[in-house]
Amino acid sequence: MNCMKNVPGKNCGHHVAIYTLSTCGWCKKLKRLLKALDIEYEYVDVDLLPKSEKEKIMKEAGKHNPRESFPTLVVDHGKEVIVGFKKDRIREVLL
Amino acid sequence: MSTTDILTRMETDAAENGYYLCPDKELLDDLIDGLSTNEERYGYGSCPCRVAVGSKTYDGDIICPCEYRDADVDEFGMCFCALFVSKEMMDDPSRMSSIPERRPPEVQKAAMEYDGAMEESKIPMHQLKDDIISVKDRKNSIPVWRCEVCGYLCAREYPPPICPICKAKAERFQQFSFG
Ligand code: SF4
Repeated sequence: MNCMKNVPGKNCGHHVAIYTLSTCGWCKKLKRLLKALDIEYEYVDVDLLPKSEKEKIMKEAGKHNPRESFPTLVVDHGKEVIVGFKKDRIREVLL
Repeated sequence: MSTTDILTRMETDAAENGYYLCPDKELLDDLIDGLSTNEERYGYGSCPCRVAVGSKTYDGDIICPCEYRDADVDEFGMCFCALFVSKEMMDDPSRMSSIPERRPPEVQKAAMEYDGAMEESKIPMHQLKDDIISVKDRKNSIPVWRCEVCGYLCAREYPPPICPICKAKAERFQQFSFG
């Protein structure tokens, strides 16, 4: 999706996309953890999108997490989805 | 409102209701910043961890402290964002981690549809408003609790940790039935 922003990292064995809000505490924790683990990822802060794009992205996120809650982490385009900030699960799946 | 004012307001609210503010300082600062951003952006402190649409009618249930806080602190020891936590969580913060979303999906969906409709003027607003009211009316079998000390009444799954009015403890609450 073109509104995704890329954050480079050395660990790029998986494609990692996260749906976040710029104001959300758990989302910030998630970004910090991925950065600390040097995992490459792309993210979108949904609250900062213009309305029309917001709806589209919410639908897209909803395919992976029907509750459309934040943060949602999608591994390899949907092979694995981690809803919320779950440290141990993230390490398990991504490292 | 400045972040210091918001923090003070939340501290007061937590103390009044027998809760504590997030013991993780970094997370607490992020949440207060988020609330301050939302207050500036929407004119009210919408939940920093949920998507808002900028209408008080549709965001009303997620203005902090949100409608879901008490049930979440009762069940998980913390609210969805972790801004408010229970005494038990305060004593053992290592147990803190993301909890599931309690806001009913149909409420969020109605809000998002309103958001889209505002953009394209697809759906008349009164129609959406009726929809959301009926959605909210459906979840109405919550018990009512009465503080035996001062008579304060509240509707929630369990009695509050303390009475927000007279500070009596949870044990002093009795389930109340009408008639
Ligand atoms: S989840 Fe917590 S921080 Fe978010 S609105 Fe509810 S009470 Fe406030």
